[in-house]
Amino acid sequence: MLKTVSLFLVLMSVWLLLSGHYTPLITGFGVVSCLLSALIANRMDVNDKEGQPIYLGPRILSYWGWLVGEIFKANVDVAKCVLFPKKYLRPSIFTVTASQKSDLGKVIYANSITLTPGTVTVDLDGDQVMVHALTEGSAEDVLGGDMDRRVTKVMRET
Amino acid sequence: MDLLLDIATWILLLAGSILLIITGFGLLRLPDLYTRIHAGGMADTLATFLIFVGLSLQSGFSLVSAKLLLVLVFVFFTSPTASYALAQASFVAGLKPKLDGFGTKKPSKDDV
Repeated sequence: MLKTVSLFLVLMSVWLLLSGHYTPLITGFGVVSCLLSALIANRMDVNDKEGQPIYLGPRILSYWGWLVGEIFKANVDVAKCVLFPKKYLRPSIFTVTASQKSDLGKVIYANSITLTPGTVTVDLDGDQVMVHALTEGSAEDVLGGDMDRRVTKVMRET
Repeated sequence: MDLLLDIATWILLLAGSILLIITGFGLLRLPDLYTRIHAGGMADTLATFLIFVGLSLQSGFSLVSAKLLLVLVFVFFTSPTASYALAQASFVAGLKPKLDGFGTKKPSKDDV
């Protein structure tokens, strides 16, 4: 019940943010459609801990801030590699172990690896993540395990 | 103040555009599919980020900015999934990544 209410509140706030029309009739339609969506999601049984990960809270926001910084650095690396391939281009493929236990944690980790240019997740099998890296520096960033530790901290699964 | 905002917007948009040009350059220049995915990743992440932040500076503190930032969040959620689907599909299909023979370092047995 609490999950349905919080889903309704999230949907409603997104609706208010995106619509920009606040006449009673249109807003009424918005309320009705958000209510209907929340009830259908409840009936479909998709409104669980994974579908609505509010419990991650502010920790995921500070993780995103860190991730944006990493994306900046990685972009500069890849741009250098494109401009001077002879000097920097060292493609490699390797496997690292993800220390997260839940599926959501593994997906956040694998997606973070892919989101950072220079490293792409090629395969995720159990807790083994196969990574393709463009340069030596980007490979070392993943092998160092800093991102893995941070995602585990966000998920509180030490 | 307006002039300052305009200058900041121009810097962000130009930086984003330069990154997009480098992306296109990399898509042509890098040797195989896996390395080209990395080049495409630049357009998905920092180039989009810079251009959207530059645009939201122009629209100020308004609903339009909120929408632009939401689009940015959605792009950041979906683009790694698309890159992963592409890499995974070509890996399953048996395309081998080129791993040695680049740069000035002599390829050795440890590289493979």
